[in-house]
Amino acid sequence: MELSLLMYLIPSLVMFGCGVYGFITRKNMIAILISLELMLNSVDINFAVFNSYLFPGQMEGMFFSLFAIAIAAAETALALAIVINVYRKVKNVDIKEITKMKF
Amino acid sequence: MFLFLGLMTTKLSKKVAGTLGTIGLGACLVIGYTAALTYFASGSLEPIKVLDTVWIDFSQIAEGFSINLGIYLDPISAMMLIVVTTISFLVHLYSNGYMDDAHLIKYGHEAEGGVKHGFQRYFAFLSLFTFSMLGLVLATNIFQMYIFWELVGVSSYLLIGFYYTDPAAIHASKKAFITTRFADLGFLIGILILSYYTQTFDFDTLINGSSSAISTMQGTSFLGCSVLCWAMTCIFIGGAGKSAMFPLHIWLPDAMEGPTPVSALIHAATMVVAGVYLVARLFPLYLIAEGSLIVITVVGAFTAFYAAAIACAQTDIKRILAFSTISQIAFMITSLGVARPEYHEGVGYMASMFHLFTHAMFKACLFLVAGAVIYRVHSNESGKMGGLHKYMPIASIACLVGCLAISGIFPFAGFFSKDEILVAAYANNTLWGLWMSMVAGMTAFYMFRLYYLVFWWDKPDYEAHGHHAPKEAPMVMTLPLIILSVATCVIGFLPFSDYITYNHEPLHAGHDWTVIISSTVIALIGIGLATVLYFKKNDKPAKMANAARGLWTAANKRFYMDELYMFITHNIIFQTICRPIAWFDRAIIDGTMNMFANITNAASYAIRKFQSGSIQSYVWIYLVGALAIAVVSMLCLI
Repeated sequence: MELSLLMYLIPSLVMFGCGVYGFITRKNMIAILISLELMLNSVDINFAVFNSYLFPGQMEGMFFSLFAIAIAAAETALALAIVINVYRKVKNVDIKEITKMKF
Repeated sequence: MFLFLGLMTTKLSKKVAGTLGTIGLGACLVIGYTAALTYFASGSLEPIKVLDTVWIDFSQIAEGFSINLGIYLDPISAMMLIVVTTISFLVHLYSNGYMDDAHLIKYGHEAEGGVKHGFQRYFAFLSLFTFSMLGLVLATNIFQMYIFWELVGVSSYLLIGFYYTDPAAIHASKKAFITTRFADLGFLIGILILSYYTQTFDFDTLINGSSSAISTMQGTSFLGCSVLCWAMTCIFIGGAGKSAMFPLHIWLPDAMEGPTPVSALIHAATMVVAGVYLVARLFPLYLIAEGSLIVITVVGAFTAFYAAAIACAQTDIKRILAFSTISQIAFMITSLGVARPEYHEGVGYMASMFHLFTHAMFKACLFLVAGAVIYRVHSNESGKMGGLHKYMPIASIACLVGCLAISGIFPFAGFFSKDEILVAAYANNTLWGLWMSMVAGMTAFYMFRLYYLVFWWDKPDYEAHGHHAPKEAPMVMTLPLIILSVATCVIGFLPFSDYITYNHEPLHAGHDWTVIISSTVIALIGIGLATVLYFKKNDKPAKMANAARGLWTAANKRFYMDELYMFITHNIIFQTICRPIAWFDRAIIDGTMNMFANITNAASYAIRKFQSGSIQSYVWIYLVGALAIAVVSMLCLI
């Protein structure tokens, strides 16, 4: 049975919603990072799916998702480094406690 | 070409001290003389443009309209070349003696810190002045003249304020600069009006070429007078400021705070005659605008009398010389004012230039004598001098020659030039002639008053204050005195009327014996009166001063002109005009700007609570915002 476009998009949407929810509600910075990855992955899926359904002969969407994955990996490495440094400083990874960056 | 080199020499020698400055000026002197003599010897007196390069091109605005820089030679500029280089060279020479260490240290002691590096600075300014004066004299167009005019003003300012630790000098320099700047505004307006109508700055074109534009200007009238007349009067205001004509004369007496050689160079011989030179340069235009010539005559004649009256009651020897300078320049101005081609072939023009030439020589001589005396006596007050003819015989003789020349006694230079002026004045109107004769008599009186007070009168006790008795000034200082006195004796015989006339044609007017005899008699009366009153110490002058106390005090206080200026500027202009303007600036313009800044500031204070530092709340706001936009755009699409 041929899968329709919608059948790809709905899980992607659910993934994105979970990501947003996790990002807003979780207290642990690592968990927030994971939620962020979830959002990025759902977007990657969208790219790939739209490419293969709407423009089958072309490859831009695929490449773009590969590109985004690479960026996400780099960004995760960076974010983890920041989290480790923050932990060394305040002995805590709770996002609610770290509100120093303001006026 | 030679002249350009001359200008460059002056410019380059700016930073080099004493001797080098003098040598540079010496080279300049030789070049200037060569150029001037070659020009006069060439036979033709038509103006030559030695050099003329376009500096700023305005040909988009009007065809052939540009500001040029160049060198212009005609009889009067060649004559001025001689005057400026001669006096400047002698003053440089003299300054080597005058500005020695002892003198500078004396001034240094008066205020803490002293005048540092005075010698180099002094020569730098002096050379700068000479350069700009030569540029002014040789200007090809009125705009170049204006540029150098300002440069001359600046160097005058710098030199008056040379003793910058002395508040009086600072005030004097500011006063001189502001007064002349104010007058230069008139000059600039005049230039702009003139060039607006004629579409040119060039002297040649202004004088010869653009007769149609000139007649347009004459036809167009503004406030009851032709535009040309207004323009020329405005230009004359500039000249009057520089030449210290009433009522813009107030800066010159104060300018005597500068070093004495500077007074000799700038405030007696060269810069102050720039106004006369300017009027002479544009004389053909003034001839068309007769109204402004009348203004010039009246201003000149009044100033001559006014300054002479003040000079009779001053005690500071440099002030006396300053007022006599004002009076003599007023003579030149009047002479230009009364000159008309129909009387004696325009003898007034020639007389004015001749007087300029001779006056530069003998007034520089007198100032340098005054400098020598001040150098030895350490004071400007004539009350502290007297009996100096025994101590300083050369200075005494030089001063006597200068005084005889300025009084107009045969065979000294002033006799010839002043008589020509009187001839011109009588030819125009007997009233002017009588008036100027009277002023000439006063001149003789006050000059000999000065001479007797300094060199005869009573001998004060020079050794009382630990000073040693005055003696003759050093050789570098006496040499210029000797040269200038000799020059004063002989230059009267120069055949001036063959060369310098308003239309470049030789003049054939004979001498007017009545005028010659009467003026000599008047001068002798003046001298006799001074001799009676001031030769030996007596109480007659004091008695006379007491008898006319009010008049004497008024003259001594310069008829309260300075106080009047102070009153007008401080109480009227500052109070009624400047204060509202200042208020407007502070309250309205600054206020508006401050308001913008304050609003922005307040707004940022109000919204800064949004930046809480908690990232999740940002995300919340972002999410809500994004959803809201999505909803709105979907609603729009539907």
